[in-house]
Amino acid sequence: MVTESFRDPSLSQLFLKKISELKPEGINLMEVCGTHTVNISRFGIRRVLPKGLRIVSGPGCPVCVTSDSDLFKSFQVLEKDVILSTFGDMIKVPLKRKTLLNLKAEGKDIRVVYSPFDTINFLNNNKEVVFFGVGFETTSPTVAALLDYVVEHNVRNFSIISSFKLIPPALKALLSSKDSKIDGLILPGHVSTIIGTKPYEFIVKDYGIPSVITGFEPVDILVSIYLLIRMIKSKKPLLVNAYPRSVRPEGNKKAQKLLYKYFEVSDASWRGFGYLRESGLKLKDSFSNYDAELKLGIKPENIDEPPGCRCADVVRGIITPPECPLYGKVCTPGNPIGPCMVSSEGACAAYYNYGG
Amino acid sequence: MCLGIPGKVEVIKGKEAVVDLGGVKRKVRLDLVEDLSQGDYVIVHAGFVIQKLTKEEAKDLLNAIEELGEAMNW
Ligand code: SF4
Repeated sequence: MVTESFRDPSLSQLFLKKISELKPEGINLMEVCGTHTVNISRFGIRRVLPKGLRIVSGPGCPVCVTSDSDLFKSFQVLEKDVILSTFGDMIKVPLKRKTLLNLKAEGKDIRVVYSPFDTINFLNNNKEVVFFGVGFETTSPTVAALLDYVVEHNVRNFSIISSFKLIPPALKALLSSKDSKIDGLILPGHVSTIIGTKPYEFIVKDYGIPSVITGFEPVDILVSIYLLIRMIKSKKPLLVNAYPRSVRPEGNKKAQKLLYKYFEVSDASWRGFGYLRESGLKLKDSFSNYDAELKLGIKPENIDEPPGCRCADVVRGIITPPECPLYGKVCTPGNPIGPCMVSSEGACAAYYNYGG
Repeated sequence: MCLGIPGKVEVIKGKEAVVDLGGVKRKVRLDLVEDLSQGDYVIVHAGFVIQKLTKEEAKDLLNAIEELGEAMNW
């Protein structure tokens, strides 16, 4: 397979040694991608790194950063006679002690898809089919492709709830917050595959924080950690693309073009961050006939985040999962209290399943 | 759901292809990429090919790091 050489244990050892030699104690790194969260735990990377080098998870899990106000929209559309199509993790997130899965058990028509495109299988009937869209720049173009199909085939019983988010504005919010302790950023390989390297340039320019775009194999992750520590120690911050096998500087132009054919940048509400300016995507006015909120007359409501669950702090890297009082006691993957334990890419689930 | 998995293109038919994802074969959409050929390595996300992978090996990454280190005078 094409990635085999990036799993070479002797290379991992080499980079672990290089990392230790740099004496990285007291350094805080953050990753912002659900797959990095899972793989860092799964490969046991924290356990073999020198003590005192911290790697925390940020807002990289799309299910986790979806605000309750946005999740509530999916509950609202189900008050009408519709088919709701969405990703599996989304239906297990509790909102006021109820999940979409509960509503499904009560008879609501909810379909789980692996690919947004699978939604075309449900269009062939009289009901309105609503796609509840969450995700970052990797996922939103796949929904733009679904819209392209729907427009081309003149489908009228389809609409979406657009809760898509953009990674760079969340990074900006993190770095400009007073309590930011981030010394270096591990940037998401597949978001970057779509958006390219340019949208991250502000990180070095405005904040002087070194950043490395990284793939998902052990060697990829260790290389990024090594490069970040090197840059932090030498005080020479750069933006490095260490995943060039997938990330081109300009990104994936075709995906970007399709995305911005249907969507435009808008303000969005995030768990943990509240409203962030120009941090999400909404349908362009010319395609508002596919906007479920307009089509079904949904009035957005502000829902407070649930008490007790510290997901809002987990997604900002303020606490690690075990610091939440409910972690592992009340809240487990079998009985998740918040989305960070629901989603397999959530930091709480990754810690619980594989250890920190 | 954010997972991107590497695979190898086996058959292309219009806007769809069959990709071998480490032994599991899956039908995927090609709306987001251009100029794919049979045998190409790709990244698949949510049922779509999102990029063609170059034939980079870990040693290429090592060389790049070395060059960067020299340029930065580490
Ligand atoms: S352990 Fe559970 S309750 Fe605590 S932050 Fe994570 S998801 Fe929320």
